[in-house]
Amino acid sequence: MRHTLAVLVENHPGVLSRVAGLFARRGYNIESLVVGETEDKTVSRITLVVEGDEKVIEQVSKQLNKQVDVIKVNDITNEETVERQLLLLKVAADPPVRQEIMQIVEIFRCRIVDIGRRSLIIEATGDEEKIQAIIKSLQPFGIQELVRTGKVAMVRGQK
Amino acid sequence: MLLGAEILVKCLEKEGVEVIFGYPGGAVLEIYDALVKSECIKHILVRHEQGAAHEASGYARASGKVGVCLATSGPGATNLVTGIATAYMDSIPLVVITGQVPTSMVGTDAFQEVDITGITDPITKYNYLVKDPRQLPRIVKEAFHIARSGRPGPVVIDIPRDVSASLLEYEACDHIELRGYKPNVNGHAGQIKQVVQLLMDAKRPLICAGGGVISAGAGQELTKLAEILNVPVVSTMMGLGAIPGDHPLALGMLGTYGVARANLAVSRCDLFVALGMRFDDRVTGNTAKFAPGAKIVHIDIDPAEIGKNVRVDIPLVGDLKIVLNQLAGRLVSKENAVWWEEIASFPPIFGEDQGENPEITVPEIMKAINELAPDNIIFTTDVGQHQIWAAQLLKVKKPRTFISSGGLGTMGYGIPAAVGAQVACPGHTVLVITGDGSFQMGMPELGTALEQDLPLKVLILNNQSLGMVKQLQDHYCGGRYAAVHFKKNPDFHYLAKAYGALALKITRREEIGEKVSEFLRHPGLAVLEVIVTAKDNVYPMVLAGCGLAEMIGRE
Repeated sequence: MRHTLAVLVENHPGVLSRVAGLFARRGYNIESLVVGETEDKTVSRITLVVEGDEKVIEQVSKQLNKQVDVIKVNDITNEETVERQLLLLKVAADPPVRQEIMQIVEIFRCRIVDIGRRSLIIEATGDEEKIQAIIKSLQPFGIQELVRTGKVAMVRGQK
Repeated sequence: MLLGAEILVKCLEKEGVEVIFGYPGGAVLEIYDALVKSECIKHILVRHEQGAAHEASGYARASGKVGVCLATSGPGATNLVTGIATAYMDSIPLVVITGQVPTSMVGTDAFQEVDITGITDPITKYNYLVKDPRQLPRIVKEAFHIARSGRPGPVVIDIPRDVSASLLEYEACDHIELRGYKPNVNGHAGQIKQVVQLLMDAKRPLICAGGGVISAGAGQELTKLAEILNVPVVSTMMGLGAIPGDHPLALGMLGTYGVARANLAVSRCDLFVALGMRFDDRVTGNTAKFAPGAKIVHIDIDPAEIGKNVRVDIPLVGDLKIVLNQLAGRLVSKENAVWWEEIASFPPIFGEDQGENPEITVPEIMKAINELAPDNIIFTTDVGQHQIWAAQLLKVKKPRTFISSGGLGTMGYGIPAAVGAQVACPGHTVLVITGDGSFQMGMPELGTALEQDLPLKVLILNNQSLGMVKQLQDHYCGGRYAAVHFKKNPDFHYLAKAYGALALKITRREEIGEKVSEFLRHPGLAVLEVIVTAKDNVYPMVLAGCGLAEMIGRE
């Protein structure tokens, strides 16, 4: 099963390589990893998506917690969360199909951020499902380039 | 104003460092320049950096203090790696200081540059590259704290030359704030209650002492608890000495080369209480067949070890000295008489039954050592058959007196570890048990022993071969031997002489008593070579995929 871990770490150089190295040498599979500063500049938050059964995830959490630079590990898989990924996609857009693409962009509420003579760059944010749906809808027009971030997530309400 | 190097030395003094094992080089010139001026710290010049790391590790294990070693950048640092990994696997507290090229040249593949923090990341508890000399006091303080607290381990501090050479005001650091590092030392009350209940209810309880008992300084607490409950105690190799080896409750070492009664006790117990151990594959054999009828309680300072290799019924995180006291206060004495009757019916230790062998066997020598060793003996071993025989047969009576590379299995550990142990414990008899293979890996450090006037006793069990690999080839390669026989060995007698040691040799059984005795009593450095049979293997042995109860013996 896929798990989402929110890991608070010291905002030091070298921390990311320590965490990534840990996954590599213990044989855990990272599906995505996003890291960035938090509201506290001395703390970074790593959002990890990891594939594994309960036993693997327990080990992953324990090994992460054991790292001196790791402040807190939260498994937010079963929490109510808001999740977002960012997608930038360059799609072939000759005049005859441009209108159709723009309609798709409208439906998915994404944005056109660059217009070339024969292509468009589309920016989209959303959860995994939405991002997949956008990619699928634009595939027939010819995707020339695609780049996306991993997932970031935040637990809703309460705190 | 002080140099960064002088601040480093000041900080080391503040941590109570008395000895540093090291080897100089270009990137640590300033550090050495500052070190020779120190009145508190003695520097011991080694012969190879690997020796420095092993010596710091032997020192740490014998004394319970943090071992410190020092080497230059590049090859100096990489030569430490095996020693760091050895210490990491056995949870030994080290602070390892390496020189580095100046910060402006880091990343340029400069002369003798190596990314030692990158290299040692998987084999250290933590490591630092010091980029700002003002951080030195904090980093040194943190490094010692991390190395010795919680589950101990090695910490590397990599210091670029310009950091050592820069001038600045010294500002002491007296406070540590590590929000991501706060080991739990007190056992959870609810879990303690459950463990007490299990111990009281069990019909066939068994305690297993790991190295954690020794590093927590909880040997006496363990023995007391075992005595209250009259529970048998088995030990991992790292846990030998936690309970005295000649104690009536001690069953000896378990594992794939464990003694028969320890393994049988594991296989038949209904409660297995693991103290400060990590269920290494050499301890468990096939985990699916490990302690099949038992509930497993695992008490350890490191939560990540619990449930890593075997299923655990009751996990309990804490410092063993505290937790064992918490437990002992709640227990009522028991007999476990039926269980002891069953244990008494187990067959004797396989290894002791040598049958008739025209040549000298290692167990005979171990027996002689048990009879002749003084009370203050500290054993170190190398790695191979001799190590297993030593672990199975020697009576290790106190904690911190059996020093061996358990987790990594590092050949060449015995002599340098003994140097460190002897430096830590000058009045003790330190005996290195080694083979002709391992001896040749650790031999250079005899030079350090000679220079420091350390009266080590080095016992070379010479079978002209790499016995453990040969034994594995017997079992896994149909007896086809590859690269395990030394066709030519140096004359160890002359080597010993070259190092100024008393050189003794035993070739006939009749000489054993007298020569072992002379060897152990010699006031200075002594080397005793015993020509032993090359045909013997260590038993019992558990083959790959088998459970501990399926051990095989001598045919």
